[in-house]
Amino acid sequence: MIESNAGDAIIRIFHVHKHYGAKKALIDITLDIPKNEFLFVTGQSGAGKSTLLKLLYLGEAASEGHVLLDGMNLSRIPNNRMPMVRRKIGVIFQDYKLIPTKTVFENVAIVLEAMGRKSRLIQKKVNNLLRTVGMEDRAQSYPPSLSGGEQQRIAVARAVAGDPKIILADEPTGSLDPESAEIIMDLLKGIHRRGATIIIATHDHEMIRKTGGKICKLDQGRLVDFKKADMIL
Amino acid sequence: MINFKRAIRDIHQNRMLNTITVVTISFAVLIVSSFMLFFANADDILNSWKKGIRIIAYLKPDIPDPEITEIQEKILEMYGVQKVNYISSSQALETLKEQMKRQASLLDNLDTNPLPDSYEILMKPTFRRWDKVEDLAKQITLLDAVGDVEYGQGWLSRFSNIFDLFRVLGYAMVGIFFMAAVFIVANTARLVLYARKDEVDIMRLVGATNSFIKAPFYIGGLLQGVAGGILGLTALFCFYVIIATNISQGFAVGLIQIKFLSIQASGVVLIGSTFAGWLGCYISLRQLLK
Ligand SMILES: Nc1ncnc2c1ncn2[C@@H]1O[C@H](COP(=O)(O)OP(=O)(O)OP(=O)(O)O)[C@@H](O)[C@H]1O
Ligand SMILES: [Mg+2]
Repeated sequence: MIESNAGDAIIRIFHVHKHYGAKKALIDITLDIPKNEFLFVTGQSGAGKSTLLKLLYLGEAASEGHVLLDGMNLSRIPNNRMPMVRRKIGVIFQDYKLIPTKTVFENVAIVLEAMGRKSRLIQKKVNNLLRTVGMEDRAQSYPPSLSGGEQQRIAVARAVAGDPKIILADEPTGSLDPESAEIIMDLLKGIHRRGATIIIATHDHEMIRKTGGKICKLDQGRLVDFKKADMIL
Repeated sequence: MINFKRAIRDIHQNRMLNTITVVTISFAVLIVSSFMLFFANADDILNSWKKGIRIIAYLKPDIPDPEITEIQEKILEMYGVQKVNYISSSQALETLKEQMKRQASLLDNLDTNPLPDSYEILMKPTFRRWDKVEDLAKQITLLDAVGDVEYGQGWLSRFSNIFDLFRVLGYAMVGIFFMAAVFIVANTARLVLYARKDEVDIMRLVGATNSFIKAPFYIGGLLQGVAGGILGLTALFCFYVIIATNISQGFAVGLIQIKFLSIQASGVVLIGSTFAGWLGCYISLRQLLK
């Protein structure tokens, strides 16, 4: 069971609103997420979970309010600094976002290539990761030929490849069988143990119960609850 | 190096489009370098003709020797004159005999030499132009001892002027085809970029910088330029070999000798097409990836 051993806030969300036209996806969210937190974001479909994560990885800008990540105000980040911010974050997208024309290996390797890592190191690291997620024998396959669960595992491998300080995971076990889900969660817990901050959007209360950490609940764009995970039963 | 590998991979993925682009560039290169080849050879021929531009001044009969050297000196002092050769009537007859070869016996029966003494006046290279030649010829006619002046090849000068106009046209063509090559590469880069919009977005999301995203495009563009340049020059060389062998077999041997582009000129063409490749990418990427 993961305990909240919160240090200073690595993410501070301050009166944030997000509108898509007339649609209000997030309404007045204020939230501090401490360093090395293991946080679950829950809520019904359409509650704004993915939107909240998008603001953190600079997929979208907040309509109002401020998001501070590792001391930087994301609404004031110039375009040319964005890659540096994104490298602090590993994202597991709800729709995986794998590049269909690149092999599984290349999809994971690209993160390290973009960081300018040596190709021998990339080779080793990517192979290790693929072994961890049980995809080493599909390294030369292309994502469209993989099942949803397999693609999700590649997405996880890519998210953790750059040893990010923060992992954002949008339904990371959504299309996995319990055993595969277990492997992924163990991987994320391992990264958490090494000091990373983990934020997972999920409906899976079973997983939350087993894992522990904190939980933050959204309802129609509002933050309605923020508490320790073992409080829900 | 890793960017080079990425570029090769990308080109491999878009084989068809890249091939078409390279072939099109090579056509542009072929046309441009054909012009250059034509001008290089035409220039040579024209220059050798121009070397032949000269004025012949025929002397009145019975001019005493001292006056002959005096006049020679006078002409030599005139503006634009490079060299004055005195050709005595007997020398002229010898030359005529040589030129007539078989019919030379006709001349053997002559009692007196009907040919006058003459000067052959060669001009400085910059004065080998119709108007200059005409001016000089007029000046020489004014000399007392000179009977008649002959200066042919005025057509050459006029031709030379037309040729200069033609050359300007050639430069314009070079410019147009260079731009065409740039446009083609820009278009390829744009198509590839559109096809890969999602991929580029994903790369951004996982922390790739713009320069990382752009690098393979630039390398691809440069490679297209180089490949197109080499292909175009090779095609030109093949045509050249075919034409050159036909000319040397068909026409009088040695009369016209055409040569291929110099190493420098080929280098310029190659650098030009490579630059076109780079510029094409630059234009597309600047529009589409801020
Ligand atoms: N790009 C967009 N344009 C318009 N509306 C959007 C956009 N993205 C999200 N929304 C809306 O914002 C609301 C929140 O969406 P979000 O994707 O954050 O929900 P979610 O909590 O992740 O849901 P799910 O559990 O189904 O993934 C939804 O009503 C959605 O329709
Ligand atoms: Mg979602």
